[in-house]
Amino acid sequence: MQDVGLTHFLILAATLFSIGVVGIFINRKNIILVLMCIELMLLSVNINFVAFSTFAGDIAGQIFSFFILTVAAAEVSIGLAIVTVLFRNRGSIEIEQSNLMKG
Amino acid sequence: MFPDLMFYVFASVMLIAALGVVTAKNPIFSVLFLILTFLNCSGLFILMGAEFLGLMLVLVYVGAIAVMFLFVLMTIDIDFAMLKEGYASYMPVGVLTGVVLLVELILAVKSGLFSSDHLITQTAMPIPTDTQNITAIGQVLFTDYLAPFQLAGMVLLVAMIGAIVLTFRRREGVKRQNITEQVLRTRKEAVELKKVKSGQGLV
Repeated sequence: MQDVGLTHFLILAATLFSIGVVGIFINRKNIILVLMCIELMLLSVNINFVAFSTFAGDIAGQIFSFFILTVAAAEVSIGLAIVTVLFRNRGSIEIEQSNLMKG
Repeated sequence: MFPDLMFYVFASVMLIAALGVVTAKNPIFSVLFLILTFLNCSGLFILMGAEFLGLMLVLVYVGAIAVMFLFVLMTIDIDFAMLKEGYASYMPVGVLTGVVLLVELILAVKSGLFSSDHLITQTAMPIPTDTQNITAIGQVLFTDYLAPFQLAGMVLLVAMIGAIVLTFRRREGVKRQNITEQVLRTRKEAVELKKVKSGQGLV
């Protein structure tokens, strides 16, 4: 075991981010799980910001992380509202069936 | 030595919980694993000396976001097992992408560009050593970052109004109170005076 430094936190965040990406791929039918994986990825970005803030001795990173937290909360509230409306109108939350706009 | 040990404990539990989020069969378990991930991450933040963000993570993510996920999962009546179909067929591509991404990121991290001696020595907002973390954040957030702080509040307001507008629907056949109608009612519509003859009744 070596001393924990910036690299450890960066690798941890990279692993968490990759898990989030894999989650989006393998749960691509379920919108709610995709939202959860996006949360995981935002969390890994937050870890990066706080780690750099700590190891560079600069508090601006923590402030930025705070703003990311705000945006994540807003994003989830809107996303879940859309899921609720989608379920009410289509009776399903499958992404593949959300093709009303022929996109 | 103790902080290092705690880092490994928090980090390993966090990664296992994150894997649980991705692979759990039941979405409810996914949310519970998500909560575990957030709690461990808050532990890591506190370990790094960012106490305010650590506690904020518990408040915002566990207290609000995870509970909202649970609400939506419980109000939606759907066969989640059906959504898991085809899980295995997406697995190879997904895992391949993830592994490639992870290897690239680790190579970038290990390249030494991000090691402590390459970090910029001039800091914009140096962390004060004589105050607590929360005091330090407050001193910066409400002065230098006042405009972004207000904008973050606006973002939250827009999100709140947006969520209400999206999910609001006017349902037919539901009796509700109409205050305007109540107030605009006159005596003429409401009260009628009848002369009742004794011994006969009204009808």
